[in-house]
Amino acid sequence: MSNLAVELPGLSLKNPIMPASGCFGFGREYSNFYDLSRLGAVIIKAATGEARFGNATPRVAETASGMLNAIGLQNPGVEKIIAEQLPFFRNYDTPIIANVAGSTIEEYELVAEAISNSPDIAAIELNISCPNVKEGGVQFGTDPVLASEVTRRVKAKSKVPVYVKLSPNVTNIVDIATAVEAAGADGLSMINTLTGMQIDLNARKPILANKIGGLSGPAIKPVAIRMIYQVKQHVSIPIIGMGGITTAEDVLEFLLAGSSAVAIGTANFQNPLICPEIIEALPAVLKKYGFSSIQDAIGKGHEHATANISRT
Amino acid sequence: MITKSIVKIEQINEIALDTIEMKLKTPISLEEVNPGQFIHVRIGSDHAHQLRRPISIADLDKVNQIMTIVFKIVGSGTEILARAKVGEELDVLLPCGTGYPIDKLEVPKALLIGGGIGVPPLYYLAKQLVEKGTEVTAILGFQAKEHVFYEEKFKALGNCHVVTNDGSYGHQGFVTDVIDIESPEFDYFFSCGPTPMLRAVSTKLENSNGYISLEERMGCGVGTCFACVIPVPGSATDYKKICSDGPVFEASEVAL
Repeated sequence: MSNLAVELPGLSLKNPIMPASGCFGFGREYSNFYDLSRLGAVIIKAATGEARFGNATPRVAETASGMLNAIGLQNPGVEKIIAEQLPFFRNYDTPIIANVAGSTIEEYELVAEAISNSPDIAAIELNISCPNVKEGGVQFGTDPVLASEVTRRVKAKSKVPVYVKLSPNVTNIVDIATAVEAAGADGLSMINTLTGMQIDLNARKPILANKIGGLSGPAIKPVAIRMIYQVKQHVSIPIIGMGGITTAEDVLEFLLAGSSAVAIGTANFQNPLICPEIIEALPAVLKKYGFSSIQDAIGKGHEHATANISRT
Repeated sequence: MITKSIVKIEQINEIALDTIEMKLKTPISLEEVNPGQFIHVRIGSDHAHQLRRPISIADLDKVNQIMTIVFKIVGSGTEILARAKVGEELDVLLPCGTGYPIDKLEVPKALLIGGGIGVPPLYYLAKQLVEKGTEVTAILGFQAKEHVFYEEKFKALGNCHVVTNDGSYGHQGFVTDVIDIESPEFDYFFSCGPTPMLRAVSTKLENSNGYISLEERMGCGVGTCFACVIPVPGSATDYKKICSDGPVFEASEVAL
């Protein structure tokens, strides 16, 4: 087995690198730049029960070392995704993780059941943390009771392992993480974007039509590292880490904090070749810092901890 | 197909207030590049700027693989780009988007309507049309005299009318006022500029055949992120992606 390989529930990853949901569409565009089989996995754009158009434009704004987005879960609906988008990935040898969203628990159940029945899907990423939709999304991800309920019911419908994507927009991320673990989550995916805003000085109004958006990119990396480190001390299920990764060194930092694999989001926009470039660079970075494999590095940032850091 | 390339800056000129023209030497053939397509330029080499900037192609020298781009300094990203020096290299994705489908059209007479930084892509379009034997009339709209550029270049290709919002040069008013005054004859119109201008032009010329090129804030520039979508008329869910389905559309194809 390669020293980059990682085994997670439902996922045999040849390396720990996967593009994050919403930053890679359904794979076709970036397949023009490189062979998608090189990726550890692909997390596809969110699926909802019916087609969604999303929010008004402008939907993105650049911030210092980051960006704001308010796309609003635009997608053609789960049935069209299954029929028209998933077969494309049969051309590639890489597991596909489906990001599942909804306005109600029933919609989450419906989408999870439908998409997990597809032979093209290896796991679900349960999106209870999108900050850009009026109904659903983050309201489920900020209340431990609701987060637990949606996790339990989706687990009952899903034929594949379920990774719950957590919102950082909470007072106590550990409470949400432990609640979804207790509800049967197979893993965690963290973090989603932080809510933010930017105002145009000339126009004297918010740049995003939605006013508020989700902040991503290197600017949020310290927040992601802190939350993953904190959660790792309280859960035993694996964590897929994400939030501002742009280099192989960043990947190692996420592994040390407690991630078992990572997703690359915003950095794909700056450099469409970022995922294969990081995969290429990883073995040398592991070696440089004294690790023989990915597995060897996971959670190693905790070894010198004398006490748990505060739950909040 | 879009390629990630490193291009070298051969020339930089400030052609109007805060308006920069750059000539870029490309390592790849430009044979397949069409008028109306754009390049997606990385800003700087660190992680301070996460989003590339879409910049339209103003001219091409396919023999020498030189591409001309024109952009306006509107924020910190374009300011950094404007401060680059001759000989420096830029990381670009090219060519992005679709162009004006002039190879598929019979266009004896064309009306080109550009607004501000929407003028540059129409210049290469005008050159291509004239090469095909098309008679070109251009209406170029700017805010004020100090923003005007490329008037002489368009005049060398056909009729050219300049209009400024404040009347400090050429006609006073909007590009649509010039359409009223001049009533130019045309088989197709081709327009590029800010959305309010495109909306006004499309409304005024709704019974004519025409193509418009849209501007929007983009994320990926290649069609993955759904940042720059525009609705399709008469549908609540159908849309086009400006970066990859466009930026050029038939005027009736999208709901402005």
